[in-house]
Amino acid sequence: MTSLSSETSLTGADPSKPSGSAPAMVIDDVVKRFGRGNDIVTAVDHVSFNVQQGEFVSVIGPSGCGKSTLFNIIGGLLGDYDGNVLIGDERISAPHPEVGMVFQEESTFPWRNVIDNVAFPLELQGVAKSERMDRAHHFIDMVGLANFEKNYPSQLSGGMKQRVSIARTLVSQPKILLMDEPFAALDEQTRLLLGDKITQIQQQLHQTTLLITHNLTEAVQLSDRIVVMTYRPGRVKRIVNIDLPRPRTSDVVGSDAFGHYVAEIWNDLREEASRGMADSETAASRRGAHG
Amino acid sequence: MAKSAGIPFTTRWMPEIFGVGALIVAVAIFEALVQSGVVNRFIIPPPSDVFMAFERVVVEENILGRVRETAFEMTVAGVAVVIVGIPIGALLYRYALWRRALEDWIGALAAAPIVLAFPLFLVLFGRSPTTIIVMAFFHGLAPIILKTVEGLTATRKVLINVGRSLNMTSSQMFWKILFPSALPVIFTGIRLSWTFCLITVVGVEFLINLGGLGQLINDLAERYDLPGTYASICFVIFVSVLFFVILERIESWLQPAR
Repeated sequence: MTSLSSETSLTGADPSKPSGSAPAMVIDDVVKRFGRGNDIVTAVDHVSFNVQQGEFVSVIGPSGCGKSTLFNIIGGLLGDYDGNVLIGDERISAPHPEVGMVFQEESTFPWRNVIDNVAFPLELQGVAKSERMDRAHHFIDMVGLANFEKNYPSQLSGGMKQRVSIARTLVSQPKILLMDEPFAALDEQTRLLLGDKITQIQQQLHQTTLLITHNLTEAVQLSDRIVVMTYRPGRVKRIVNIDLPRPRTSDVVGSDAFGHYVAEIWNDLREEASRGMADSETAASRRGAHG
Repeated sequence: MAKSAGIPFTTRWMPEIFGVGALIVAVAIFEALVQSGVVNRFIIPPPSDVFMAFERVVVEENILGRVRETAFEMTVAGVAVVIVGIPIGALLYRYALWRRALEDWIGALAAAPIVLAFPLFLVLFGRSPTTIIVMAFFHGLAPIILKTVEGLTATRKVLINVGRSLNMTSSQMFWKILFPSALPVIFTGIRLSWTFCLITVVGVEFLINLGGLGQLINDLAERYDLPGTYASICFVIFVSVLFFVILERIESWLQPAR
């Protein structure tokens, strides 16, 4: 084990990564403001970092730090922003075919069974039925739902539905997997087990992954690097290298090193989360006073 | 099949047994009330008389031809409201200005007693099945439009975002996400619309004394043949059940996950 945490530069240049290889994604000085006139709120403020090929990066921060805004910008759902999100030389201003998105809310199509849900992106691309079924089977196996192809989402648990969403995103083999708190609605045990599954898939596919989360243990369990954000306006506070061994499983949560990473990042987050909580309380008391 | 085989007979068929049992009990109570004189038999005939009148109505009143006529008018009006109503609902969903401008008026149309405007339709279309069909169409149109708008508007934002993330075209977005998502609510609209259509078809047949079961009910009521009148009303219920069974089948076919 090397040092518990090695802080990188804010652009994410990391000596441990192969030099000379172009990053899979560059987030460069991104700013996003909402509102007009005196009511402008800066959600994301000069955020910069890179994601290397095959790397798993998490963005963590308290509620209201602009994580979901950043997710929407990187996914191309919010095209109007300052700065650049680059994939190769291409600036993202609309959904990019090389970015696959997994959403926080349950997003399976209730009228399609598991295999038709997973094959959906291939259907849009006009892939022949036999081929899209083969490919869908492959990714359904990968997320561990091999015996549930004909089931409808209403017959599945929350964790299984999220695995269907992940398989549906992976089936088009995106260069970058972008996930917005995909396990937020799940219980802690399911979350750890799904974390195992994600780690396994990421290692198997060498999938470049960017995870947006507010969950500390999830971020440390899965990531190579963690981008810690400040509370409003969302800025990069620190980027932490997670030097835990790979292949990694949920067993890692019992290790001393894991605990140290969690404690260290929590030290950064505590101040931000406290600011967020104080802000919420002030807003609530104002609402109470006006009510 | 295998699933239902494991369920005890009484549990599997209990809802049906209970439903039929409740109907038999209700009929028996009515019979007892009429026979004992609590309910005047000149206002409500005993159910046994209504039952006996079935044969007479079938043999003497050409009931099959009348059922066919009412079912035909109902089918034309029912199909027309679906073909016209769903696209209008989709357009109102697509163009917010149109929706804001027209939604209240369409709501008012749903509540309007269109049956009472039959003299106007008689002038326009004459004393013909066309009048009945057009009136049923207008009465059934509003619910399906409103429910289509409601279903499309209620599509979860995350599903639309999935579509956007996959770079779907507007047409793909409509046919592959919005429409299937709205389908359960649209079917509720179809049910309401078809109910309105059937009420109007039978009501206008009755009012203008033309055509199928409505005219028969009118004739029998004029003759003060109360058992025959109620037996004919049972055939209206039969037509209603027939249409809703067909709709149920279509819905199960289109929405296997339901």
